[in-house]
Amino acid sequence: MVVGPGYPRRVSDSPTAPVPDRRDPAVRAAIRTALSVSVATGLYGVSFGALAVAAGLDLPQTMVLSLVMFSGGSQFAAVGVLGAGGAVGAVVATAGLLGARNGLYGVQVSGLLDARGWRRLLAAHLTIDESTAVGTAQRTPAAIRAGFWWTGAGVFVLWNAFTLAGALLGDALGDPRRYGLDAAAAAAFLALLWPRVTGHDRAARTARWVALAAAASALLLTPVVPAGVPVLGAAVLALVIGVLTPGDDERSPEATIRPDRLTGPGEDTR
Amino acid sequence: MTPLDRTAAWLAVLASSALVYATKLAGHLVPRRLLDNPRITRTAALVTVALLAALVAVQTATGAGSVQWDARLAALAVAAVALVLRAPFIVVVVLAAVGAAVLRGLGWMS
Repeated sequence: MVVGPGYPRRVSDSPTAPVPDRRDPAVRAAIRTALSVSVATGLYGVSFGALAVAAGLDLPQTMVLSLVMFSGGSQFAAVGVLGAGGAVGAVVATAGLLGARNGLYGVQVSGLLDARGWRRLLAAHLTIDESTAVGTAQRTPAAIRAGFWWTGAGVFVLWNAFTLAGALLGDALGDPRRYGLDAAAAAAFLALLWPRVTGHDRAARTARWVALAAAASALLLTPVVPAGVPVLGAAVLALVIGVLTPGDDERSPEATIRPDRLTGPGEDTR
Repeated sequence: MTPLDRTAAWLAVLASSALVYATKLAGHLVPRRLLDNPRITRTAALVTVALLAALVAVQTATGAGSVQWDARLAALAVAAVALVLRAPFIVVVVLAAVGAAVLRGLGWMS
């Protein structure tokens, strides 16, 4: 399950071949990975569809989120804040902030894909955790492109198909609490969070403290501010921590081989 | 659950979807050096962690504007155990739902 790849390694060589050759073993391996990730990720579209309907969205609204927003974390967040009675502004801010990492993925993959025109618009739409992780994990330019496009397209098709199935199922079930769907929403967020806070390096330890502080502040704020605001308050807390604490950035594997990153501001301050 | 205001829900769905796509596209269009900075990368990762953790807390232990402890907390513990055992996402979610449904069905927790 690749729901939290962190920030994938960069590959600096630019792609040359225009179309991936499917007889190339590296490309075949990338496609195999892409398909297995697509099935695993697409399947949990069922839970998104069911939870969206349980939160009060109708079928077209649920499908627009999967078709147009197409970013699992932001979709669950939008539905969670809407279901809790959050205002439109809180929904947009929460989903937008959770989607901010996709912008950084775009920076990483755009140079590797070398897509132009409508392909670039499509590549942007398919830029998610999974396609970025599978793409950037490959070794050759052709395999990188195959990994990104096959994962992006595979997840898109299956995620939307299973969202539809989940929404129809959720509609048929009725009272969401009776089937524990409210608890399923909490579990979905925990499963998205998990890979980002497990690990033994300093970045993971920092992430765990930020997670605990964020959860505590959200609970403390809940009785005193409108719905949706406690979640945004936690994001502000993380912004302040991220900007004010010294950068260690030990998660980027290339830090030791890229001299320009060793001398930058915020590095080696401890 | 109470039905949402349809207009507000549509507005939220369309505006947030547009913003998320615009963010993806911006990443593909801006020059790489503008965002290729360890502090930006790390802060973005921490914001993601904080949002997800806050959503776990709100979704588990709040309702109608106050903190509420009920079967959702026990279900979250079930989900955590499943995650420690490396269960796939869909299994984690289903186990949590079944846990809460069973506790409520037995009348042990609300």
